[in-house]
Amino acid sequence: MSILVIAEHDNSQLSPATLNTVTAASKVGGDVHVLVAGEGCGDVTAAAAKIAGVSSVLSCDSISYTTGITENVANLIKSQSANYSHIMAAASTAGKALIPYAAALCDVQPISDISDVIDADTFVRPIYAGNALATVKSSDALKMLTVRTTAFEMAEEDGGNASVTNIDDTGASDWVQFVEQSLSKSERPELTSARIVVSGGRGMQNGENFAMLEKLADQFGGAVGASRAAVDAGFVPNDYQVGQTGKVVAPDMYMAVGISGAIQHLAGMKDSKVIVAINNDEEAPIFQVADYSWNEDLFVAVPALQGELEK
Amino acid sequence: MKILVPVKRVIDANIRVRVKSDHTGVEMNNVKMAMNPFCEIAVEEALRIKEAGNADEVILVSVGPTKCQETIRTGLAMGADRAVHVETDDTLEPLAVAKMLKAIAKKEETDLVILGKQSIDDDNNQTGQILAAIMGRPLGSYISEIEKNDAGFMITREIDAGLEKLQITSPAVVTTDLRLNEPRYASLPNIMKAKKKPIEKLTPADLGVSTEQRVQTIEVNDPPERDAGVMVSSAAELVEKLRNEAKVI
Repeated sequence: MSILVIAEHDNSQLSPATLNTVTAASKVGGDVHVLVAGEGCGDVTAAAAKIAGVSSVLSCDSISYTTGITENVANLIKSQSANYSHIMAAASTAGKALIPYAAALCDVQPISDISDVIDADTFVRPIYAGNALATVKSSDALKMLTVRTTAFEMAEEDGGNASVTNIDDTGASDWVQFVEQSLSKSERPELTSARIVVSGGRGMQNGENFAMLEKLADQFGGAVGASRAAVDAGFVPNDYQVGQTGKVVAPDMYMAVGISGAIQHLAGMKDSKVIVAINNDEEAPIFQVADYSWNEDLFVAVPALQGELEK
Repeated sequence: MKILVPVKRVIDANIRVRVKSDHTGVEMNNVKMAMNPFCEIAVEEALRIKEAGNADEVILVSVGPTKCQETIRTGLAMGADRAVHVETDDTLEPLAVAKMLKAIAKKEETDLVILGKQSIDDDNNQTGQILAAIMGRPLGSYISEIEKNDAGFMITREIDAGLEKLQITSPAVVTTDLRLNEPRYASLPNIMKAKKKPIEKLTPADLGVSTEQRVQTIEVNDPPERDAGVMVSSAAELVEKLRNEAKVI
Protein backbone atom coordinates (compact mmCIF):
# COMPACT_ATOMS: atom_id res chain seq x y z
CA MET A 1 0.00 0.00 0.00
CA SER A 2 1.39 3.41 -0.97
CA ILE A 3 -0.02 6.77 -0.03
CA LEU A 4 0.59 10.00 -1.91
CA VAL A 5 0.45 13.27 0.03
CA ILE A 6 0.10 16.44 -2.04
CA ALA A 7 2.48 19.06 -0.63
CA GLU A 8 1.10 22.50 0.08
CA HIS A 9 3.61 25.28 -0.53
CA ASP A 10 4.27 28.67 -2.13
CA ASN A 11 7.27 27.46 -4.23
CA SER A 12 9.74 28.53 -1.53
CA GLN A 13 8.36 27.12 1.72
CA LEU A 14 6.57 23.91 2.60
CA SER A 15 3.37 24.67 4.52
CA PRO A 16 3.17 23.05 7.98
CA ALA A 17 -0.23 21.64 6.91
CA THR A 18 1.73 19.12 4.83
CA LEU A 19 3.31 17.77 8.03
CA ASN A 20 -0.13 17.14 9.58
CA THR A 21 -1.23 15.42 6.38
CA VAL A 22 1.84 13.15 6.46
CA THR A 23 0.83 12.08 10.00
CA ALA A 24 -2.67 11.20 8.77
CA ALA A 25 -1.10 9.22 5.92
CA SER A 26 1.20 7.37 8.34
CA LYS A 27 -1.87 6.40 10.37
CA VAL A 28 -3.27 4.60 7.32
CA GLY A 29 -0.01 2.63 7.13
CA GLY A 30 2.22 1.82 4.16
CA ASP A 31 4.77 3.84 2.21
CA VAL A 32 4.23 7.59 2.36
CA HIS A 33 5.23 9.59 -0.72
CA VAL A 34 4.94 13.36 -1.21
CA LEU A 35 4.17 15.12 -4.48
CA VAL A 36 5.63 18.61 -4.92
CA ALA A 37 4.18 20.39 -7.97
CA GLY A 38 5.37 23.94 -8.45
CA GLU A 39 7.84 26.16 -10.26
CA GLY A 40 11.30 26.82 -8.85
CA CYS A 41 10.26 24.67 -5.90
CA GLY A 42 13.61 22.95 -5.24
CA ASP A 43 13.70 24.10 -1.61
CA VAL A 44 10.23 22.66 -1.04
CA THR A 45 11.26 19.34 -2.58
CA ALA A 46 14.33 19.28 -0.32
CA ALA A 47 12.19 20.06 2.74
CA ALA A 48 9.67 17.34 1.80
CA ALA A 49 12.46 14.77 1.47
CA LYS A 50 13.52 15.47 5.08
CA ILE A 51 10.10 14.84 6.65
CA ALA A 52 10.27 11.87 9.01
CA GLY A 53 8.33 8.90 7.64
CA VAL A 54 8.39 9.96 3.97
CA SER A 55 10.14 7.43 1.72
CA SER A 56 9.87 9.11 -1.66
CA VAL A 57 9.26 12.57 -3.09
CA LEU A 58 7.87 13.11 -6.58
CA SER A 59 8.84 16.51 -7.89
CA CYS A 60 7.45 18.31 -10.91
CA ASP A 61 9.02 21.72 -11.47
CA SER A 62 7.16 23.42 -14.31
CA ILE A 63 5.42 26.67 -15.26
CA SER A 64 2.20 24.61 -15.38
CA TYR A 65 2.17 24.61 -11.56
CA THR A 66 3.45 28.09 -10.60
CA THR A 67 0.24 29.14 -8.86
CA GLY A 68 -1.21 25.68 -8.30
CA ILE A 69 -4.18 25.97 -10.69
CA THR A 70 -6.58 23.19 -9.71
CA GLU A 71 -7.04 21.71 -13.20
CA ASN A 72 -3.31 21.45 -13.86
CA VAL A 73 -2.34 19.87 -10.55
CA ALA A 74 -5.33 17.49 -10.75
CA ASN A 75 -4.18 16.19 -14.13
CA LEU A 76 -0.70 15.59 -12.69
CA ILE A 77 -2.21 13.68 -9.75
CA LYS A 78 -4.26 11.55 -12.15
CA SER A 79 -1.09 10.66 -14.08
CA GLN A 80 0.35 9.15 -10.86
CA SER A 81 -2.84 7.71 -9.37
CA ALA A 82 -2.40 4.11 -10.61
CA ASN A 83 0.54 3.67 -8.20
CA TYR A 84 -1.40 4.54 -5.05
CA SER A 85 -4.07 3.24 -2.69
CA HIS A 86 -4.66 6.64 -1.07
CA ILE A 87 -4.11 10.24 -2.19
CA MET A 88 -4.39 12.94 0.46
CA ALA A 89 -4.09 16.70 0.80
CA ALA A 90 -4.67 19.17 3.61
CA ALA A 91 -8.24 20.50 3.79
CA SER A 92 -7.06 24.02 2.91
CA THR A 93 -8.79 26.00 0.16
CA ALA A 94 -6.24 24.57 -2.28
CA GLY A 95 -6.72 20.97 -1.12
CA LYS A 96 -10.49 21.24 -0.89
CA ALA A 97 -10.66 22.40 -4.51
CA LEU A 98 -8.02 19.98 -5.77
CA ILE A 99 -8.92 16.58 -4.30
CA PRO A 100 -12.57 16.41 -5.49
CA TYR A 101 -11.51 17.56 -8.96
CA ALA A 102 -8.72 14.97 -9.17
CA ALA A 103 -10.99 12.27 -7.67
CA ALA A 104 -13.60 12.91 -10.37
CA LEU A 105 -10.92 12.42 -13.04
CA CYS A 106 -10.25 9.01 -11.43
CA ASP A 107 -14.01 8.22 -10.94
CA VAL A 108 -13.58 8.13 -7.17
CA GLN A 109 -16.03 9.50 -4.57
CA PRO A 110 -13.71 11.62 -2.40
CA ILE A 111 -13.94 11.94 1.40
CA SER A 112 -13.52 15.47 2.77
CA ASP A 113 -11.97 16.77 5.95
CA ILE A 114 -11.15 13.55 7.81
CA SER A 115 -10.44 14.00 11.52
CA ASP A 116 -9.43 10.39 12.27
CA VAL A 117 -8.28 7.24 10.51
CA ILE A 118 -9.94 4.01 11.73
CA ASP A 119 -8.41 1.72 9.10
CA ALA A 120 -7.35 1.91 5.46
CA ASP A 121 -11.01 2.21 4.29
CA THR A 122 -12.69 3.83 7.28
CA PHE A 123 -12.45 7.43 8.42
CA VAL A 124 -14.14 9.87 10.80
CA ARG A 125 -15.23 13.28 9.57
CA PRO A 126 -17.21 16.16 11.06
CA ILE A 127 -20.64 16.94 9.55
CA TYR A 128 -23.13 19.71 10.35
CA ALA A 129 -20.36 22.15 11.23
CA GLY A 130 -18.82 19.69 13.66
CA ASN A 131 -22.08 19.14 15.58
CA ALA A 132 -21.82 15.45 14.67
CA LEU A 133 -19.02 13.08 13.70
CA ALA A 134 -19.66 10.54 10.93
CA THR A 135 -17.69 7.31 10.57
CA VAL A 136 -17.61 6.48 6.86
CA LYS A 137 -16.24 3.54 4.87
CA SER A 138 -15.17 3.79 1.25
CA SER A 139 -15.55 0.94 -1.24
CA ASP A 140 -13.50 2.71 -3.94
CA ALA A 141 -10.20 0.93 -4.68
CA LEU A 142 -8.45 4.31 -4.56
CA LYS A 143 -9.23 6.60 -1.64
CA MET A 144 -8.93 10.33 -2.17
CA LEU A 145 -9.12 12.41 0.98
CA THR A 146 -8.66 15.84 2.46
CA VAL A 147 -7.36 16.03 6.01
CA ARG A 148 -8.48 18.31 8.84
CA THR A 149 -4.95 19.32 9.81
CA THR A 150 -5.84 20.38 13.35
CA ALA A 151 -6.87 16.79 14.14
CA PHE A 152 -3.39 15.36 13.46
CA GLU A 153 -0.01 16.23 15.00
CA MET A 154 2.70 17.54 12.71
CA ALA A 155 5.22 14.95 11.49
CA GLU A 156 8.85 15.72 12.39
CA GLU A 157 10.38 18.13 9.88
CA ASP A 158 13.72 16.35 10.11
CA GLY A 159 14.85 12.76 10.23
CA GLY A 160 13.70 11.55 6.84
CA ASN A 161 15.90 10.89 3.85
CA ALA A 162 13.51 10.29 0.97
CA SER A 163 14.57 9.62 -2.60
CA VAL A 164 13.55 12.35 -5.07
CA THR A 165 12.13 11.46 -8.49
CA ASN A 166 11.37 14.07 -11.12
CA ILE A 167 8.11 13.31 -12.89
CA ASP A 168 6.71 14.48 -16.23
CA ASP A 169 4.62 17.62 -16.49
CA THR A 170 1.07 16.97 -17.76
CA GLY A 171 0.69 20.46 -19.19
CA ALA A 172 -1.41 23.52 -18.46
CA SER A 173 -5.10 23.99 -19.18
CA ASP A 174 -6.01 26.51 -21.89
CA TRP A 175 -9.20 27.30 -20.01
CA VAL A 176 -7.73 28.98 -16.98
CA GLN A 177 -5.36 31.95 -17.02
CA PHE A 178 -3.83 33.23 -13.82
CA VAL A 179 -4.32 37.01 -13.53
CA GLU A 180 -3.12 38.06 -10.08
CA GLN A 181 -3.05 37.29 -6.39
CA SER A 182 -3.49 39.85 -3.63
CA LEU A 183 -2.08 38.27 -0.53
CA SER A 184 -2.36 39.65 2.98
CA LYS A 185 1.13 40.36 4.27
CA SER A 186 1.72 39.79 7.95
CA GLU A 187 4.70 39.52 10.27
CA ARG A 188 2.59 37.41 12.61
CA PRO A 189 2.42 33.61 12.57
CA GLU A 190 0.04 32.05 10.06
CA LEU A 191 -3.47 31.65 11.49
CA THR A 192 -3.85 27.89 11.06
CA SER A 193 -0.45 27.03 12.53
CA ALA A 194 -0.15 29.71 15.26
CA ARG A 195 0.22 28.48 18.86
CA ILE A 196 -1.97 31.33 20.10
CA VAL A 197 -4.85 33.01 18.24
CA VAL A 198 -6.62 36.21 19.32
CA SER A 199 -9.89 36.70 17.40
CA GLY A 200 -12.33 39.58 17.28
CA GLY A 201 -16.01 39.67 16.45
CA ARG A 202 -18.72 42.18 15.75
CA GLY A 203 -18.12 43.58 19.25
CA MET A 204 -14.90 45.19 17.95
CA GLN A 205 -17.19 47.78 16.27
CA ASN A 206 -14.75 48.70 13.47
CA GLY A 207 -11.53 47.74 11.71
CA GLU A 208 -9.39 50.33 13.54
CA ASN A 209 -10.15 48.68 16.88
CA PHE A 210 -8.48 45.48 15.62
CA ALA A 211 -5.16 47.28 16.27
CA MET A 212 -5.83 46.50 19.94
CA LEU A 213 -6.04 42.80 19.18
CA GLU A 214 -2.94 42.95 17.01
CA LYS A 215 -0.99 44.41 19.91
CA LEU A 216 -2.35 41.72 22.23
CA ALA A 217 -1.53 38.98 19.71
CA ASP A 218 2.03 40.33 19.46
CA GLN A 219 2.38 40.22 23.24
CA PHE A 220 1.45 36.52 23.07
CA GLY A 221 3.45 35.87 19.89
CA GLY A 222 0.19 34.83 18.24
CA ALA A 223 -1.98 35.39 15.17
CA VAL A 224 -5.13 37.48 14.72
CA GLY A 225 -8.39 35.96 13.52
CA ALA A 226 -12.00 37.08 13.25
CA SER A 227 -15.57 35.85 13.22
CA ARG A 228 -17.64 35.83 10.06
CA ALA A 229 -19.64 38.78 11.42
CA ALA A 230 -16.45 40.88 11.66
CA VAL A 231 -15.37 39.90 8.15
CA ASP A 232 -18.82 40.50 6.66
CA ALA A 233 -18.90 43.92 8.35
CA GLY A 234 -15.65 44.73 6.52
CA PHE A 235 -13.51 45.13 9.68
CA VAL A 236 -10.83 42.73 8.38
CA PRO A 237 -10.13 40.76 5.14
CA ASN A 238 -11.67 37.35 4.38
CA ASP A 239 -8.50 35.43 5.17
CA TYR A 240 -8.94 36.28 8.89
CA GLN A 241 -12.16 34.27 9.13
CA VAL A 242 -12.29 31.37 11.57
CA GLY A 243 -15.31 29.07 11.28
CA GLN A 244 -17.13 26.37 9.39
CA THR A 245 -16.67 28.16 6.10
CA GLY A 246 -13.41 29.93 6.95
CA LYS A 247 -10.33 28.48 8.59
CA VAL A 248 -10.36 25.71 11.14
CA VAL A 249 -7.85 26.36 13.93
CA ALA A 250 -6.89 24.44 17.06
CA PRO A 251 -4.15 26.45 18.79
CA ASP A 252 -2.91 25.96 22.38
CA MET A 253 -4.91 29.06 23.29
CA TYR A 254 -7.81 30.68 21.43
CA MET A 255 -8.95 34.02 22.80
CA ALA A 256 -12.38 35.14 21.51
CA VAL A 257 -12.92 38.86 22.02
CA GLY A 258 -16.37 40.32 21.40
CA ILE A 259 -17.46 37.10 19.66
CA SER A 260 -20.89 35.76 20.65
CA GLY A 261 -20.12 32.21 19.49
CA ALA A 262 -22.42 31.33 16.59
CA ILE A 263 -22.43 27.60 15.74
CA GLN A 264 -20.54 28.30 12.55
CA HIS A 265 -17.74 30.08 14.45
CA LEU A 266 -17.50 27.40 17.15
CA ALA A 267 -17.05 24.83 14.36
CA GLY A 268 -13.78 26.51 13.44
CA MET A 269 -12.18 26.75 16.91
CA LYS A 270 -13.74 24.42 19.46
CA ASP A 271 -10.89 21.92 19.24
CA SER A 272 -8.49 24.54 20.64
CA LYS A 273 -6.71 23.31 23.79
CA VAL A 274 -7.65 26.31 25.92
CA ILE A 275 -10.44 28.74 25.03
CA VAL A 276 -10.69 32.19 26.61
CA ALA A 277 -13.80 34.31 25.99
CA ILE A 278 -14.17 38.01 26.71
CA ASN A 279 -17.69 39.31 26.19
CA ASN A 280 -19.97 41.88 27.81
CA ASP A 281 -23.03 39.67 27.22
CA GLU A 282 -23.23 37.10 30.01
CA GLU A 283 -25.61 35.02 27.87
CA ALA A 284 -23.12 34.74 24.97
CA PRO A 285 -22.93 31.09 23.77
CA ILE A 286 -19.14 31.36 23.57
CA PHE A 287 -19.04 31.11 27.39
CA GLN A 288 -20.43 27.55 27.15
CA VAL A 289 -17.31 26.30 25.39
CA ALA A 290 -14.75 28.57 27.08
CA ASP A 291 -12.34 27.33 29.75
CA TYR A 292 -11.91 30.88 31.04
CA SER A 293 -14.82 33.29 30.68
CA TRP A 294 -14.55 36.97 31.47
CA ASN A 295 -17.86 38.83 31.39
CA GLU A 296 -16.48 42.33 30.75
CA ASP A 297 -16.59 45.07 28.14
CA LEU A 298 -13.76 44.28 25.74
CA PHE A 299 -12.71 47.94 25.64
CA VAL A 300 -12.00 47.66 29.37
CA ALA A 301 -10.70 44.08 29.35
CA VAL A 302 -8.23 44.21 26.46
CA PRO A 303 -6.25 47.27 27.70
CA ALA A 304 -6.23 45.78 31.21
CA LEU A 305 -4.87 42.53 29.83
CA GLN A 306 -2.22 44.37 27.83
CA GLY A 307 -1.17 46.23 31.00
CA GLU A 308 -1.03 43.02 33.01
CA LEU A 309 1.14 41.30 30.37
CA GLU A 310 3.55 44.27 30.35
CA LYS A 311 4.18 43.93 34.08
CA MET B 1 -26.62 32.71 -22.11
CA LYS B 2 -28.27 30.10 -19.91
CA ILE B 3 -27.33 29.62 -16.27
CA LEU B 4 -27.94 26.40 -14.34
CA VAL B 5 -28.14 26.61 -10.54
CA PRO B 6 -28.30 23.38 -8.52
CA VAL B 7 -30.04 23.89 -5.15
CA LYS B 8 -30.10 21.58 -2.12
CA ARG B 9 -32.67 21.13 0.62
CA VAL B 10 -30.99 20.95 4.04
CA ILE B 11 -31.85 21.36 7.72
CA ASP B 12 -32.32 25.09 8.35
CA ALA B 13 -29.04 26.73 9.37
CA ASN B 14 -30.60 28.08 12.59
CA ILE B 15 -31.64 24.64 13.86
CA ARG B 16 -29.39 22.84 16.28
CA VAL B 17 -29.01 19.32 14.90
CA ARG B 18 -29.34 16.27 17.17
CA VAL B 19 -27.72 12.90 16.60
CA LYS B 20 -30.30 10.08 16.47
CA SER B 21 -30.26 7.69 19.42
CA ASP B 22 -29.52 4.74 17.11
CA HIS B 23 -26.49 6.64 15.70
CA THR B 24 -27.55 6.16 12.07
CA GLY B 25 -27.65 9.88 11.34
CA VAL B 26 -29.15 13.10 12.65
CA GLU B 27 -32.82 13.63 13.55
CA MET B 28 -34.72 14.75 10.43
CA ASN B 29 -38.34 14.22 11.57
CA ASN B 30 -40.31 17.43 12.14
CA VAL B 31 -37.19 19.53 11.62
CA LYS B 32 -37.44 22.80 9.69
CA MET B 33 -35.81 22.55 6.27
CA ALA B 34 -34.55 25.33 4.01
CA MET B 35 -32.44 26.00 0.94
CA ASN B 36 -28.72 25.56 1.66
CA PRO B 37 -27.40 29.14 2.32
CA PHE B 38 -24.60 28.80 -0.25
CA CYS B 39 -27.17 27.73 -2.86
CA GLU B 40 -29.17 30.90 -2.10
CA ILE B 41 -26.04 32.92 -2.90
CA ALA B 42 -25.72 30.96 -6.17
CA VAL B 43 -29.35 31.69 -7.15
CA GLU B 44 -28.89 35.37 -6.29
CA GLU B 45 -25.76 35.67 -8.42
CA ALA B 46 -27.46 34.01 -11.40
CA LEU B 47 -30.36 36.44 -11.09
CA ARG B 48 -28.02 39.43 -10.91
CA ILE B 49 -26.19 38.29 -14.06
CA LYS B 50 -29.55 37.96 -15.81
CA GLU B 51 -30.76 41.34 -14.52
CA ALA B 52 -27.55 42.95 -15.83
CA GLY B 53 -28.58 41.72 -19.29
CA ASN B 54 -25.88 39.04 -19.49
CA ALA B 55 -28.13 35.97 -19.32
CA ASP B 56 -31.46 34.97 -20.85
CA GLU B 57 -32.57 32.24 -18.51
CA VAL B 58 -31.90 30.90 -15.02
CA ILE B 59 -32.75 27.21 -14.57
CA LEU B 60 -32.79 25.55 -11.15
CA VAL B 61 -32.20 21.88 -10.49
CA SER B 62 -32.63 19.91 -7.31
CA VAL B 63 -31.99 16.21 -6.78
CA GLY B 64 -33.80 14.40 -3.97
CA PRO B 65 -37.19 13.49 -2.51
CA THR B 66 -40.58 15.03 -3.44
CA LYS B 67 -40.18 17.76 -0.81
CA CYS B 68 -37.25 19.26 -2.73
CA GLN B 69 -39.98 21.01 -4.69
CA GLU B 70 -40.41 23.40 -1.72
CA THR B 71 -36.76 24.38 -2.12
CA ILE B 72 -37.22 24.73 -5.88
CA ARG B 73 -40.27 26.98 -5.33
CA THR B 74 -38.17 29.17 -3.03
CA GLY B 75 -35.66 29.68 -5.84
CA LEU B 76 -38.40 30.27 -8.40
CA ALA B 77 -39.92 32.88 -6.07
CA MET B 78 -36.52 34.61 -5.89
CA GLY B 79 -36.81 34.96 -9.67
CA ALA B 80 -35.48 31.87 -11.48
CA ASP B 81 -37.37 31.05 -14.68
CA ARG B 82 -37.98 27.31 -14.47
CA ALA B 83 -36.67 24.17 -12.80
CA VAL B 84 -35.82 20.51 -13.09
CA HIS B 85 -36.50 18.11 -10.22
CA VAL B 86 -34.65 14.80 -10.30
CA GLU B 87 -36.78 12.81 -7.89
CA THR B 88 -35.24 10.03 -5.79
CA ASP B 89 -35.37 8.83 -2.19
CA ASP B 90 -31.91 7.25 -2.47
CA THR B 91 -28.98 8.48 -0.38
CA LEU B 92 -26.97 10.70 -2.69
CA GLU B 93 -23.26 11.32 -3.01
CA PRO B 94 -21.60 14.30 -4.70
CA LEU B 95 -20.15 12.14 -7.51
CA ALA B 96 -23.61 10.76 -8.45
CA VAL B 97 -25.25 14.20 -8.15
CA ALA B 98 -22.53 15.75 -10.33
CA LYS B 99 -23.13 13.08 -12.99
CA MET B 100 -26.83 14.00 -13.04
CA LEU B 101 -26.02 17.71 -13.20
CA LYS B 102 -23.66 17.06 -16.11
CA ALA B 103 -26.47 15.31 -18.04
CA ILE B 104 -28.82 18.23 -17.40
CA ALA B 105 -26.23 20.91 -18.24
CA LYS B 106 -25.53 19.08 -21.49
CA LYS B 107 -29.21 18.73 -22.38
CA GLU B 108 -29.93 22.38 -21.57
CA GLU B 109 -26.71 23.59 -23.24
CA THR B 110 -25.94 25.89 -20.30
CA ASP B 111 -23.04 28.35 -20.44
CA LEU B 112 -22.53 28.68 -16.72
CA VAL B 113 -23.27 26.47 -13.72
CA ILE B 114 -23.23 28.28 -10.36
CA LEU B 115 -23.18 26.08 -7.24
CA GLY B 116 -22.84 26.77 -3.54
CA LYS B 117 -19.32 25.85 -2.43
CA GLN B 118 -20.65 23.39 0.14
CA SER B 119 -23.88 22.30 1.74
CA ILE B 120 -24.16 22.83 5.47
CA ASP B 121 -25.35 19.27 6.17
CA ASP B 122 -22.56 16.99 4.93
CA ASP B 123 -20.02 19.84 4.58
CA ASN B 124 -18.47 17.93 1.67
CA ASN B 125 -17.45 20.87 -0.52
CA GLN B 126 -17.15 18.63 -3.61
CA THR B 127 -19.99 18.80 -6.13
CA GLY B 128 -18.83 21.85 -8.12
CA GLN B 129 -15.27 20.59 -8.42
CA ILE B 130 -16.45 17.13 -9.50
CA LEU B 131 -18.88 18.62 -12.02
CA ALA B 132 -16.18 20.79 -13.64
CA ALA B 133 -13.85 17.79 -13.88
CA ILE B 134 -16.37 15.38 -15.45
CA MET B 135 -17.73 18.04 -17.80
CA GLY B 136 -14.20 18.89 -18.88
CA ARG B 137 -14.87 22.59 -18.21
CA PRO B 138 -12.95 25.24 -16.22
CA LEU B 139 -13.58 25.56 -12.48
CA GLY B 140 -13.84 28.77 -10.50
CA SER B 141 -14.05 27.66 -6.88
CA TYR B 142 -14.90 29.86 -3.87
CA ILE B 143 -15.63 32.98 -5.89
CA SER B 144 -16.32 36.37 -4.32
CA GLU B 145 -16.71 38.13 -7.70
CA ILE B 146 -17.62 37.16 -11.24
CA GLU B 147 -17.76 39.31 -14.34
CA LYS B 148 -18.71 38.21 -17.84
CA ASN B 149 -16.32 39.32 -20.60
CA ASP B 150 -15.49 38.42 -24.19
CA ALA B 151 -13.05 35.69 -23.15
CA GLY B 152 -15.52 34.07 -20.72
CA PHE B 153 -15.53 35.06 -17.07
CA MET B 154 -13.14 37.01 -14.85
CA ILE B 155 -13.45 35.59 -11.35
CA THR B 156 -12.00 36.46 -7.94
CA ARG B 157 -11.47 33.51 -5.60
CA GLU B 158 -11.12 33.52 -1.83
CA ILE B 159 -7.96 31.57 -1.00
CA ASP B 160 -6.26 30.95 2.35
CA ALA B 161 -3.74 33.76 1.94
CA GLY B 162 -6.04 36.38 0.39
CA LEU B 163 -7.63 36.69 -3.04
CA GLU B 164 -6.81 35.26 -6.48
CA LYS B 165 -8.05 36.46 -9.85
CA LEU B 166 -8.43 34.04 -12.76
CA GLN B 167 -9.74 34.39 -16.31
CA ILE B 168 -11.71 31.29 -17.29
CA THR B 169 -13.33 30.37 -20.57
CA SER B 170 -17.05 29.71 -21.11
CA PRO B 171 -18.87 27.37 -20.49
CA ALA B 172 -17.67 27.21 -16.90
CA VAL B 173 -18.54 25.88 -13.46
CA VAL B 174 -18.18 28.20 -10.46
CA THR B 175 -18.83 27.77 -6.72
CA THR B 176 -19.89 30.61 -4.46
CA ASP B 177 -18.21 31.83 -1.30
CA LEU B 178 -19.99 33.85 1.37
CA ARG B 179 -19.08 37.32 0.25
CA LEU B 180 -20.27 37.03 -3.35
CA ASN B 181 -23.59 38.70 -2.56
CA GLU B 182 -26.44 39.09 -0.09
CA PRO B 183 -29.39 36.94 -1.30
CA ARG B 184 -32.79 38.63 -1.69
CA TYR B 185 -36.04 37.66 -0.01
CA ALA B 186 -38.88 36.62 -2.28
CA SER B 187 -41.79 39.08 -2.33
CA LEU B 188 -45.36 37.83 -1.88
CA PRO B 189 -46.36 38.50 -5.53
CA ASN B 190 -43.27 36.59 -6.66
CA ILE B 191 -44.11 33.70 -4.35
CA MET B 192 -47.56 33.55 -6.00
CA LYS B 193 -46.06 33.79 -9.49
CA ALA B 194 -43.55 31.03 -8.69
CA LYS B 195 -46.42 28.57 -8.21
CA LYS B 196 -47.12 28.74 -11.93
CA LYS B 197 -43.53 28.33 -13.12
CA PRO B 198 -42.81 24.95 -14.72
CA ILE B 199 -40.91 22.16 -12.94
CA GLU B 200 -39.79 19.30 -15.17
CA LYS B 201 -39.64 15.94 -13.37
CA LEU B 202 -36.96 13.35 -14.08
CA THR B 203 -35.44 10.36 -12.32
CA PRO B 204 -31.75 9.39 -11.99
CA ALA B 205 -32.51 6.51 -14.42
CA ASP B 206 -33.80 9.01 -17.03
CA LEU B 207 -30.36 10.61 -16.85
CA GLY B 208 -28.58 7.24 -16.97
CA VAL B 209 -26.94 7.73 -13.56
CA SER B 210 -26.63 5.08 -10.82
CA THR B 211 -27.04 6.20 -7.20
CA GLU B 212 -25.09 3.24 -5.83
CA GLN B 213 -23.09 4.46 -2.82
CA ARG B 214 -19.29 4.37 -2.82
CA VAL B 215 -19.00 5.67 0.74
CA GLN B 216 -21.22 4.17 3.46
CA THR B 217 -21.94 5.93 6.73
CA ILE B 218 -21.22 3.37 9.48
CA GLU B 219 -22.32 5.51 12.43
CA VAL B 220 -22.88 9.09 13.51
CA ASN B 221 -21.88 10.28 16.99
CA ASP B 222 -21.93 13.41 19.10
CA PRO B 223 -18.62 15.25 19.24
CA PRO B 224 -16.77 15.08 22.58
CA GLU B 225 -18.09 17.66 25.07
CA ARG B 226 -15.83 20.27 26.59
CA ASP B 227 -15.65 20.47 30.37
CA ALA B 228 -17.34 23.47 31.96
CA GLY B 229 -14.98 26.38 32.40
CA VAL B 230 -14.54 28.97 35.11
CA MET B 231 -15.40 32.66 35.28
CA VAL B 232 -12.64 35.19 35.89
CA SER B 233 -13.17 38.79 36.89
CA SER B 234 -9.88 40.60 36.31
CA ALA B 235 -6.91 40.74 33.94
CA ALA B 236 -4.60 39.71 36.78
CA GLU B 237 -6.70 36.61 37.52
CA LEU B 238 -6.88 35.62 33.86
CA VAL B 239 -3.13 36.03 33.26
CA GLU B 240 -2.36 34.11 36.46
CA LYS B 241 -4.59 31.21 35.36
CA LEU B 242 -3.18 31.16 31.82
CA ARG B 243 0.37 31.11 33.19
CA ASN B 244 0.08 28.74 36.12
CA GLU B 245 -3.02 26.61 35.58
CA ALA B 246 -3.37 26.25 31.79
CA LYS B 247 0.36 26.92 31.22
CA VAL B 248 -0.26 28.28 27.73
CA ILE B 249 1.59 31.61 28.07
